[in-house]
Amino acid sequence: MSESTTTKLHRRQFLKLSGFTGTGLMLGLSLKANGESVIEKITRSYLDKERLETIAANADAYNLTPFVIIEPSGTITIMNPRPEIGQGVFQSVPSLIAEELEVPLDGVTILQTGGQKKYGNGQFAGGSSSVRTSYIQMRQIGAAAKDMLIAAAAQQWGVPVAECYADNAKIIHKPSGKTVGYGAVAEAASKLEVPKNPALKDPKDFKILGKRYPRPDVPLKSTGKAIFGIDVKVPGMVYASIERCPVFGGKLVKYDDTAAKKVKGVIGVETCERDINGHHSVGVAVLAENYWAALQGRKALKVTWDYDGHESFNSNSFAESLRQAAKEEGAIDHEQGNFDKAFADAPVKLEAFYETPVVSHSAIEPMNCICSWYDNNKIEIWASTQVPGRIMDQFTKKYNVPEENITIHVLFSGGGFGRRLYPDYVEEALELSKKVGKPVKSIWTREDDTKMGPFRPMTFSAFKGALDANGNPVAFQHKVIAPTLDGNKNYDKTKTNKTMTEGISEQKYEIPNMKNLFVFHYMPVPLAAWRAVTSTTLAFAHECFLDEMAVAAKKDPMDFRMAMLTKPSDTKTLMQKLREVSKWDTPLPKGWGRGVAQWEFFAGLAGYVIEVSKKGNGIKIEKAYAVIDLGTVVNPDTVEAQVQGAAVMALGAAIKNGITFNNGQTVQSNYNNNPIIRINEMPPVEVHIIANGGPVIKGVGEPGLPPFAPALCNAIYAATGKRIRKLPFDINNIV
Amino acid sequence: MITLNVNNKTYNLDVAPDMPLLWAIRDYVDLTGTKFGCGIAQCGACTVHVNGSPVRSCSFPVAAAVGKNITTIEGLADNKIGQAVEKAWIELQVPQCGYCQSGQIMSATALLKNKPKPTDADIDAAMMGNLCRCGTYQRIRSAIHRAAEIINA
Ligand code: FES
Ligand code: FES
Repeated sequence: MSESTTTKLHRRQFLKLSGFTGTGLMLGLSLKANGESVIEKITRSYLDKERLETIAANADAYNLTPFVIIEPSGTITIMNPRPEIGQGVFQSVPSLIAEELEVPLDGVTILQTGGQKKYGNGQFAGGSSSVRTSYIQMRQIGAAAKDMLIAAAAQQWGVPVAECYADNAKIIHKPSGKTVGYGAVAEAASKLEVPKNPALKDPKDFKILGKRYPRPDVPLKSTGKAIFGIDVKVPGMVYASIERCPVFGGKLVKYDDTAAKKVKGVIGVETCERDINGHHSVGVAVLAENYWAALQGRKALKVTWDYDGHESFNSNSFAESLRQAAKEEGAIDHEQGNFDKAFADAPVKLEAFYETPVVSHSAIEPMNCICSWYDNNKIEIWASTQVPGRIMDQFTKKYNVPEENITIHVLFSGGGFGRRLYPDYVEEALELSKKVGKPVKSIWTREDDTKMGPFRPMTFSAFKGALDANGNPVAFQHKVIAPTLDGNKNYDKTKTNKTMTEGISEQKYEIPNMKNLFVFHYMPVPLAAWRAVTSTTLAFAHECFLDEMAVAAKKDPMDFRMAMLTKPSDTKTLMQKLREVSKWDTPLPKGWGRGVAQWEFFAGLAGYVIEVSKKGNGIKIEKAYAVIDLGTVVNPDTVEAQVQGAAVMALGAAIKNGITFNNGQTVQSNYNNNPIIRINEMPPVEVHIIANGGPVIKGVGEPGLPPFAPALCNAIYAATGKRIRKLPFDINNIV
Repeated sequence: MITLNVNNKTYNLDVAPDMPLLWAIRDYVDLTGTKFGCGIAQCGACTVHVNGSPVRSCSFPVAAAVGKNITTIEGLADNKIGQAVEKAWIELQVPQCGYCQSGQIMSATALLKNKPKPTDADIDAAMMGNLCRCGTYQRIRSAIHRAAEIINA
């Protein structure tokens, strides 16, 4: 018996002894570390390290594709490359495989991949891309595995493949009624060639896809059993809390850790670096036996910073500089017809300026990570992250180690919203582990999370629009004034930036003369993508200004838009659906108003009609009707939840104060002064899904966000006559 | 030594008396269903029951919990109302990221204990202290009504 077989057997025995059944939970498994028994919480089905190792050790025998692993017992494991951050991919993505593999989803174990190359470059959660970019590919993986299992069974029985089919994890020989479970033929199947173009199921035969299928993570998340990054414990780990320079751009001069080291439980103080989107800084970390001690030690630190002139930055003067920058011509983002002439010649001209704030991601699970640097050049990471693929790629290069030396355990994320696309918090913990020679668990406080960014930038928008004598739009210009997300100070101002002008030149409205522009203006704080990225501010400005044009044209805002949508398009279909589900053409009670907006961008397409009523000096949101166009839907229940969630996030960014800077520092610190929407502020959101098929599949997580604020502000105009051109605004004090 | 009673079990912990109950539960009692979100009683992620009442454990010193009955999300299934709430939560597929949900469920259970048939206004009042960045509020409201149905059935 070779040594590796011994290991395999040993591991399998271990699994048996520990009562691991392949699904459900395995709690409180005792492991020996340093001669002490510790409870390792990480040994649950979601990210069972032993199990990952077992699978790796058995990979040759049972791997049908890297994503489908079937053991002789019949236990089926599906590897999920997409991190679950609340968007439902723990169900939707494995479903794509399970559907074609002919297995019920609740019978399989789902494990997260950890950035290994063999799982491809889709190992991230971002851009609402999980389902739309892997819908066919993941189904093919399931179908290929199923075909291999059928072929192996047919071979074993000596019957033609065509006489066999698969159902419920079994292969059935139609003429004789013979059946065999997947486990019994898994080994034989794994030796067959993986078919290149397996036939996919007819959607009418789907058992999981397109259905309101329960998400397997929901029971865990409804009983406190789901394991997030912050919940992991590993033997011998220490806790870290890091003091960073409050002024962006400031430098560490020196620190005195005498008092910090006297705090009971504190075991050391080390510096660590942070790199985030063009911003480099050095912080001081207090390491301790427990997190509370680390926090107390951090309070006792005396750190001297050199603010280096950066303390003069503040939001008010930055906003003023953006207003000044708006006077620059800017780089052309898109041009059609002859805007300048059409605008000059038109009888009716409009100009308006829109402003939006900086906002924070504020996921309720603060940034945190456990990193272990061991054996000189090996790395193990436990993290709530959106980007295991990026971490693997970046770390193999940065630390010059092969992929085999890096193990990444992807946990459930307590919210992502774009923040967890950036592994700065992982790098900090890894550097600390390297320095102290122990696994380090770094947890940001809420104050760290709020103050240190990265943030969604503010964008300002300058508009010009013109109508002909009949009120038809003839010229349109959206000029965006903004920084870029990458923190590049020396951005080439002759070039547009499609991330910062996201969607403004891609709407389906037919306007003969258009010239959209981008003016770059540097902002000296760390910036980042936020759920639905720049569409979250640009859609507000764009769709509100179109409403201003409709008002100037004395036309109904829905009719005005429809008149610019003469050609067939998904946008046109969406608007028709919005009109219908919101009963747009029926009158509202006195004091009410309704507004409409839609937005199409890289992630997808959605729109709202929102109804508001006057309430004292403010307004009340009576109802929001959302329509999202997907082409194809995998789980309508998830889609509804995502759109409702996006509406809440959009509402918060529209009416809560957002992030401001003074003396080079973030003014807000926690949820008390950087509030988010609470349950009593949640408007009812009714979600409608368009899924008419077709080759294009659109995203779910983000498109529900951008059109919410403009539909709301357009409704407020309809109800009150007050045009809102600046976010945030006070919903209780409109007039 | 601090002696704590958590979910009807006794724990002797060597922790500072001013350590918030949250960290004692998470780091020493080793129950991680109770979450850290803000540390200043603003988000509700850390909600536990102390003698049956909802308490923000991040802002409650562990010494103040001595001699009291502490219930965390892990101990909820022992109680009929807790079971109903968890059942409703699963039935309505409430959680998205799920991070806030232990706290939401603890607050909802406390509400239903006092008001078996809460109105929307009761729900607002009891649940306002529990933030959800994913925006699951609409389903939280429906699930509380559903849990009330289960309890009163
Ligand atoms: S962590 Fe206690 S209320 Fe937020
Ligand atoms: S479910 Fe994510 S914060 Fe509430």
